[in-house]
Amino acid sequence: MNKKKLSRGGAQGSLTSVLAALLCILIGLLCGYLVLVAINPAHAWSDGFVRILKGGFHDAPYGIGKMLANGAPLVMTGLSVAFAFKTGLFNIGAAGQYTLGAFGALYCAIVLHLPWFVCLLAATLMGGIWGAIPGVFKAYLNINEVITSIMFNWIGLYLVNEIIYGNGSGVMYDSRNTRTWNLRRMEGGEVSMIPDFGLNDLFQTNSTTIAIFLAVVVAIVIWVILEKTTFGYELKAVGLNKSAARYAGINEKKNIILSMMIAGALAGFGAGLFYLSGVSEWNPLNSTSLPAMGFNGISVALLASSNPIATVFSALFISHITVGGSFLSTKYYPTEVADLISGIIIYLCAFSMLFRGKIHSLLFGGKRADKTNVNAEPAPAADEKEGK
Amino acid sequence: MLLLIKYTLLYGIVLMLVALGGMFSEHSGIINIALEGIMVIGGVAGVLTLTLLPAEMSPALVVILSILAAALAGMLYSLLLAFASINLKADQTIGGTALNLLATAIAVVVAKYFSETGSAKLNYSNKPFLFSIGGLELSVFVPLGFVLLIVSFIVLYKTRFGLRLRACGEHPQAADSVGINVYKMRYAGVLLSGALGAIGGMAYIVPPVQTWNFEVGVAGAGFLALAVMIFGQWKPIHICGAAMFFAVFKSLANIADSTFLAQLGWSSNIYNMMPFVASMVILAFTSKNSMAPKAEGIPYDKGSR
Repeated sequence: MNKKKLSRGGAQGSLTSVLAALLCILIGLLCGYLVLVAINPAHAWSDGFVRILKGGFHDAPYGIGKMLANGAPLVMTGLSVAFAFKTGLFNIGAAGQYTLGAFGALYCAIVLHLPWFVCLLAATLMGGIWGAIPGVFKAYLNINEVITSIMFNWIGLYLVNEIIYGNGSGVMYDSRNTRTWNLRRMEGGEVSMIPDFGLNDLFQTNSTTIAIFLAVVVAIVIWVILEKTTFGYELKAVGLNKSAARYAGINEKKNIILSMMIAGALAGFGAGLFYLSGVSEWNPLNSTSLPAMGFNGISVALLASSNPIATVFSALFISHITVGGSFLSTKYYPTEVADLISGIIIYLCAFSMLFRGKIHSLLFGGKRADKTNVNAEPAPAADEKEGK
Repeated sequence: MLLLIKYTLLYGIVLMLVALGGMFSEHSGIINIALEGIMVIGGVAGVLTLTLLPAEMSPALVVILSILAAALAGMLYSLLLAFASINLKADQTIGGTALNLLATAIAVVVAKYFSETGSAKLNYSNKPFLFSIGGLELSVFVPLGFVLLIVSFIVLYKTRFGLRLRACGEHPQAADSVGINVYKMRYAGVLLSGALGAIGGMAYIVPPVQTWNFEVGVAGAGFLALAVMIFGQWKPIHICGAAMFFAVFKSLANIADSTFLAQLGWSSNIYNMMPFVASMVILAFTSKNSMAPKAEGIPYDKGSR
């Protein structure tokens, strides 16, 4: 029943995926519009819906800069989840890996005053270590990586908060702002900031750096690894069928750990991009919620059907409507309407395989839908339903 | 010491209720990772009912109505999970995660709509929910929780329904072959988990404080309940024990500063971390002979062999 393919199903498959994603977005936006109408019908169109649609363009160029600054880490957490999906794992732990990544980056920046690329490397390393732990649990104890990742999300959050806060006297903790030290205003902090090459002047922001370009480069590298190298092929093979992969001479334990490690490293890198651009500082007193960036990465990956290149676009889209939501006039609407929309979109994505099957049969005749199994999801019901 | 017992009971009941919910769902074969979201929805529905009910209403009626509203909201919300994972055969973990994300957004939008200040904070009175026995102040959720625990035990092990439910989680094809409607049983399991999870969410929010900011959701309690369920090996009585064990750590985090434990110099972060570390250690040791329902997470397909 589970027909799984290693490579994507050519142009037809990609077109279907894109259309399915667009359909999810369309329904999500429609639901968002209905919510806006329900809250305040008089302003729903021009002050509500159009602002969300316009996103950063409502207040260009500042809004666009903001969108890019928030989009860069989102690309990375999206890639993190997408990479794990491609290798048959569900990395729900991106939030925890992101937390550890933030710690690595900020420690190197605030305490050690290292240049930005070293800080980024530290973030990547910390994220990788945190990602590898669920991998080890999965490979050697056969414990589902979802459970482990969830637990380690919270362990990571409390651990990082504890170290940074240090009962109020932590070296990295600025008690006046109740956050970590602001890199821009800190003495010797500039070397640790990701350079902007004039982007901040262009967008009239103070946190738009080359981060987004770094993220795009990483996305391309990940695509090459997955699609063009033996290493990537082995990782995917383990994800599709562990026993068959072992039979073919692949060390499946090593590959599971490596997959999770790379996924974690990607999330950690994203945290580096965010905090070294100076978008915001870490708040160690927040012990009740994990960074949203990690969970939004799941939306991004699902919307992109785990394609690394598509991840860039879907991350920018999610960032776009989130920024759009923040421009909503709080007099009429809560800014979380944007979160609501992306929440609905990801719920729809959970069974977008069904859409994909339907669209495919609509476009290319009644042939069996190409089950390009990107999420290692069980076969959808689409075909059976058509038969009835 | 009294304070420790109070906090442990309050928090333990929450974890137990939600974990029992998860247990019903998993015994029917559906992994319910959306418990966190269901808690949030139950919390927001219960609190809203509390604020909207007239003040002169009798306390008992207020309690009953708001708990019923929470349970109903939780069941409605869990229908989304049931529909996606049973009818559409979507990946249960992904669907659940989506519902978790969606729940917080819904709760914040709703809370902001109904609150006077425009923030996501709702004010309410928790007086009707509290009573005290000999200086020990408890909420109605404590006796309710123990009643539900006994009911859950009886339903799961002593009724025809419970046996059928467990059969669907172990071997749905076999259950189907003797005429059990697997889809219906799975719907029942998920709906039960929605009701219990939502009551748990309300029990988490209402008794300790009089105002709640829905931007924080329920701070991972739903995920912790998932760990409690695994720790409790999917059995009601074990789950109760596991929930109390986890709750002790949480209570220590709350009272550490004011008791002799302050001398250890551990911050609340450490105590908060402990249940998660403990569950990882337990998981590592029990993974080889796990009592998890065999067919959980696999969509039931009539045609598969």
